Amino acid sequence: MDLTPLLLSRIQFAFTISFHIIFPAFTIGLAAWLTFLEACGLITGERIYRRLSDFWLKIFAVTFGLGVVSGIVMAFQFGTNWSELARRTGPIQGPLLGYESFTGFALEATFFGVLMFGRGRVPRSAYFLACLMVSIGTSLSAYWIMVNNSWMQYPTGYSLTANGVFVPDDWPAILFSEAVRTRFPHMVLAAYVTSAFCVAATGAWYMLRGTAVQEGRAMAVMGLRLAAILVPLQLLFGHLVGDYVHDRQPAKFAAIEGRWNDEQPASEILAAWPDPKNERNLFEIAVPYLGSIIGSMSLTAKETGLKSFAAADRPPVAIPFFAFRIMVGCGLLMLAIAWVGTWLSFGERLLKARLFLVATSLSFPLGFIATLTGWYTAEVGRQPWAVYGQLRTADAVTPVLTTGEVAATLTLIACIYALIFGFGALYILRLLRAGPIPKAEISLYGTNPKRPLSLPGASPGVTGAAGIGD
Amino acid sequence: MVEFWAFALALSILLYILLDGFDLGVGMLFPFAAGEDERRAMLASISPVWDGNETWLIISAATLFGAFPPVFAIVLSAFYIPLFLMLAGLILRGVAFEFRYKATKSRPLWDAGFVAGSYAAAFVQGAAVGAIVEGLPIENGVFVGNGMSWVSPFALVCGIGLCIGYALLGACWITRKSDGSLRAFGFAALPKLMAALAAFLVVVFAWSLAIRLPVLARWTERPLLLVCPLIGLAAFAMLAQAVRSRDDRFLFASGAAIFLAAFATLAGSFLPYMLPFSLTVFEAASPAASLEFLFWGAGIFVLPLTLAYTLIVYVVFRGKTAGERSY
Repeated sequence: MDLTPLLLSRIQFAFTISFHIIFPAFTIGLAAWLTFLEACGLITGERIYRRLSDFWLKIFAVTFGLGVVSGIVMAFQFGTNWSELARRTGPIQGPLLGYESFTGFALEATFFGVLMFGRGRVPRSAYFLACLMVSIGTSLSAYWIMVNNSWMQYPTGYSLTANGVFVPDDWPAILFSEAVRTRFPHMVLAAYVTSAFCVAATGAWYMLRGTAVQEGRAMAVMGLRLAAILVPLQLLFGHLVGDYVHDRQPAKFAAIEGRWNDEQPASEILAAWPDPKNERNLFEIAVPYLGSIIGSMSLTAKETGLKSFAAADRPPVAIPFFAFRIMVGCGLLMLAIAWVGTWLSFGERLLKARLFLVATSLSFPLGFIATLTGWYTAEVGRQPWAVYGQLRTADAVTPVLTTGEVAATLTLIACIYALIFGFGALYILRLLRAGPIPKAEISLYGTNPKRPLSLPGASPGVTGAAGIGD
Repeated sequence: MVEFWAFALALSILLYILLDGFDLGVGMLFPFAAGEDERRAMLASISPVWDGNETWLIISAATLFGAFPPVFAIVLSAFYIPLFLMLAGLILRGVAFEFRYKATKSRPLWDAGFVAGSYAAAFVQGAAVGAIVEGLPIENGVFVGNGMSWVSPFALVCGIGLCIGYALLGACWITRKSDGSLRAFGFAALPKLMAALAAFLVVVFAWSLAIRLPVLARWTERPLLLVCPLIGLAAFAMLAQAVRSRDDRFLFASGAAIFLAAFATLAGSFLPYMLPFSLTVFEAASPAASLEFLFWGAGIFVLPLTLAYTLIVYVVFRGKTAGERSY
């Protein structure tokens, strides 16, 4: 494959968005988790919720900062690398992404300030309200992103002008399309599950280390029980998303299923090695009838195969096929951990179940992997279209770019992201190692609400700041 | 509706130039400060506000994409490499701001990032304005040049000019916000920066005449425009007077007025074009359905809220910052 500006632009976008999505996936869930902790604290009045909340707030602050920084580049990429997309879909995507930026700053940043400054200065109920607003703000940001992406997956509510510009003529149809209704909850649940597992894994780690056992147990139990409810719900919404893909993006569905030929009734391929050159699968393990049941809830339905689409209109098969299976695998694994953990969490068995605690403490990447592979399935499966069925990715890229230019910016972004990600990860690790029990009274005040990176860690140059990490 | 969004965009860009202008300027003056105490005082003077200032860049970009997507597509692809350099500079700068206090050994590295990021961002913005004034190759609303189209001696000089301008704003700011040695440093730097800015403006004006910039024709068509440079001149005189009498009360206001005059001059010579002379504001605007959708939430709710938020931050942190050790 030649390194064309198109391919490099796609790699660049995939790289930045993969990097970026890690942080929102975490912050949306953590904001809800902080709200939940504050609510528990308000109702029960127990001190432990306050300790947990203070601890996770610091981690939230770092992730929030990294999410904002990595998101800035994305906002510009629509114009730099995908100027034809920006020009032609701007009347629809422009306002949607504009709203994302606007709500992000209005709700998140403003109330985030209260979270950082407000402890001890505002009443507990007001603090809870600020948590709730940040939580709503992050979810609202996710909503706009999902509306925008869903419109690219399933364009609706528009008309095309003579010069190929997409003009909105039905905003409600765009804002509440079938795709949005299933994919937005799917994304929010993904964020919640991801955070629940990070919390549970951290808790399990403290229990294993024997430090902060009480707090650790609270984290593990709450995280696992929350996940025990959320993961099945997520599987349900995942199925609903699958239904919409089946009806609206049949080529993507066929690629996910690894189905080359039309089948009636269709079998479901559990594992295989897709061989796109010969349009077949190698080493296929399939269950008869299950494909029709999953696709159409019937034993006899005909399911479309990839060969029904012109070769130029087919997505790549391997990435959606495998990414989807990794996502589902992570989901099922999380379901098992969450249910076993919930069962163990009644009584005093959890602390003795060392092996289970080790498994839980290692489970923190599962949610991230599932989120990423889910997005790979969705985005690669949409190819070769940028706007499904309407605008090809090859026609969306900035026409005047050269390979050298895109390669240069890709390298630049990779270096910068590696730098900030490295340091961000280092600070989170320091915070985790320091644990939820405050060593000394560490002042949260005197820092800036919009500068969350200034919160954690020691500042050797500044007198009076207690070091957290050393 | 188009007028509203054109105004909102102009306001966001102007606020960005004035606000991030001074904190980029502080970054550029940073290496010239005498010692660590002055540097800390410099950072302390911008620490409560700099990231809020940069949000106006995001708001400008969001408004541009939301309301004028063709211009967004043209400008961002025309300045491909410099734009990424600017973003890298701004990110590096922000990260350096946080990490220099956490670091011990690597502090010079973060400081270098802070300074380089400030220069890069300012230079790119100035060069972009210069290239847009000269005119970008655009056909049927699509950019048809290449990655180097923006490069011209004129644009490069404009890049240097904006660096000088921002440094001037930065000097006004630190002088206003500090006491003692940093204030003296600011007053010492200001005359030099003013001389440099004046020289730059004369050069650019003469150059524009020499290369017969089409924008200049506007001045003969619209003699009223001459008011703007006159206001700029008055602001310049006010600044000179303030520096001579060591009065820091109106320093920043005078510096800002020079920028305001320059901005108004440009806007006045562009209109009704957004990108002279190929795309007018009305040609670039999204259809009414898009603008109205954006208006009923972002326009009447979020934008005023963000303005108020900015205002509150500046009111809270008004006055001198000297003496505050930890930022």
